[in-house]
Amino acid sequence: MTWLIQSAVLLTTPPFFLGVIAKTKASFAGRKGPPLLQNYYDLIKLFRKGTVHSPASSFVLRLAPAVIVSTLLTAGLFFPLLGRAPIFFEGDVILFAYLLALGRFAMILAALDVGSGFQGMGASREAAFGAFSELAFFLGLVVLVVISGSASLTGIFQWKWIHPAWRPVFLLLFAAFFFILLAENSRMPVDDPSTHLELTMIHEGMILDYGGIDLGLILYGSAIKLFLLMAFAISLLWPQPLAWHWHSAALLGLKWTGMAVAIGAVESVTARLRLIKVPQLLIANFVVTLFALLVALFGRRV
Amino acid sequence: MDWLLVGVVLTAFVILGSSRLDSCIRMVALQGVLLSILPPMVRGSLLDWHGLFLAAASLAIKTVAIPVLLARSLKQAKIKREVEPTVSLHYSLLAGGAIVVIAFSGFKLLPVPTGPFPTLLIPAALTVVFIGFFLLISRFKAITQVIGFLVLENGVFLFGMTLIRDFPLTVEMGVLLDLWVGVFVMGIMIHHIHRTFDHIDTKAMASLKDAE
Repeated sequence: MTWLIQSAVLLTTPPFFLGVIAKTKASFAGRKGPPLLQNYYDLIKLFRKGTVHSPASSFVLRLAPAVIVSTLLTAGLFFPLLGRAPIFFEGDVILFAYLLALGRFAMILAALDVGSGFQGMGASREAAFGAFSELAFFLGLVVLVVISGSASLTGIFQWKWIHPAWRPVFLLLFAAFFFILLAENSRMPVDDPSTHLELTMIHEGMILDYGGIDLGLILYGSAIKLFLLMAFAISLLWPQPLAWHWHSAALLGLKWTGMAVAIGAVESVTARLRLIKVPQLLIANFVVTLFALLVALFGRRV
Repeated sequence: MDWLLVGVVLTAFVILGSSRLDSCIRMVALQGVLLSILPPMVRGSLLDWHGLFLAAASLAIKTVAIPVLLARSLKQAKIKREVEPTVSLHYSLLAGGAIVVIAFSGFKLLPVPTGPFPTLLIPAALTVVFIGFFLLISRFKAITQVIGFLVLENGVFLFGMTLIRDFPLTVEMGVLLDLWVGVFVMGIMIHHIHRTFDHIDTKAMASLKDAE
């Protein structure tokens, strides 16, 4: 039961939250903005098209979209979205993190495959920033494992004590994961998702050679990635109930929409950083996570 | 309580990593606010005359007087940014991380006072003191050195919280007065150096030595 509902939610809802972000940004700018379901229309349009591959490319380019979507969907099955996760075992946090990393790896390889300069540049930036943000991500996972004493996502997001938001560690971690979310999904302070200037793009730069179904799959994959990382951040402050009720679906909609509005607001009020400043911010994020780890360890021992 | 301590350490990180002087000054002011809420809370009663007095005094000095003075001398010296720290901001932040690790893991080796205060207090105080030291040795502009000195003093103030039950508050007041005078003198110095030499880079002092 949970298995089916979680799969359905994971498959269908992610593009909706991208729509919420776009709508928030539009209303900040005083525009009406695209309809909330615009991303679905775009995806349907792309899925109806055929694909053309550059003759200079190899099978890597063709394989990557499938790898990206399948790794992200698999990772989603480990997350307790509605009640317990469909699959869980001790240590699945590592698998979760590496599935995300595998998707990134496939995308970078595909970007390098074509041999275009802009794509190579995007790939190198993605790899460089990814190296910093994964450091903080893993350290954040370590903090969660230390606090909860369990190495499975279902065990981690299962609070037994007072509401976790009242402990400073969680707020530190929330800030860290929120920033990781922005960096991993090429959101505003790191990369401008709406830019089309090749010299500054990161994520957009890597997918220049895709079209049709492949492009649709990659956009769909990035929506799922955003959805999962939003799940991670929001569950730190307000975890989903562990047993499945119908109202946990409503809660999910409410919380994720709130997160999407928050992301849209952050994107509207910040400017894109100079590229050279981004590693500094990611290092700062790492240091905050380190501090959270020490506070957590310290709070446990004494 | 832990919230305040975490906030104090975070503001120290921000000072370590930001390249703009006015945001550094603002962060020092914020740190002052957090620190002045702390003494009444450590003493446990909000309606305690001495605690409230110390809170009000440190709020007035740390949050209003010193930052205003610094902001004014910043305006007179006409500089906006810390142009060239000796250690780049990336490495400063990493050093901040190393400092936290050292402070949290090593403080048990020191003969620290024990008592009914929050357990996070001593490591947080050590972290802030070390970050202050680091700011002092890694920046060249006189203003950022003053800021480092202030952060250092804030760390010492945190250490003072461990003794707040035994120590008369007059000692704290003395420390505050010292600090006030120190910053005042430095403010005047910055102003004068600027008037005479039109920059406040302390690196230039090295060229004063005799030629051999």
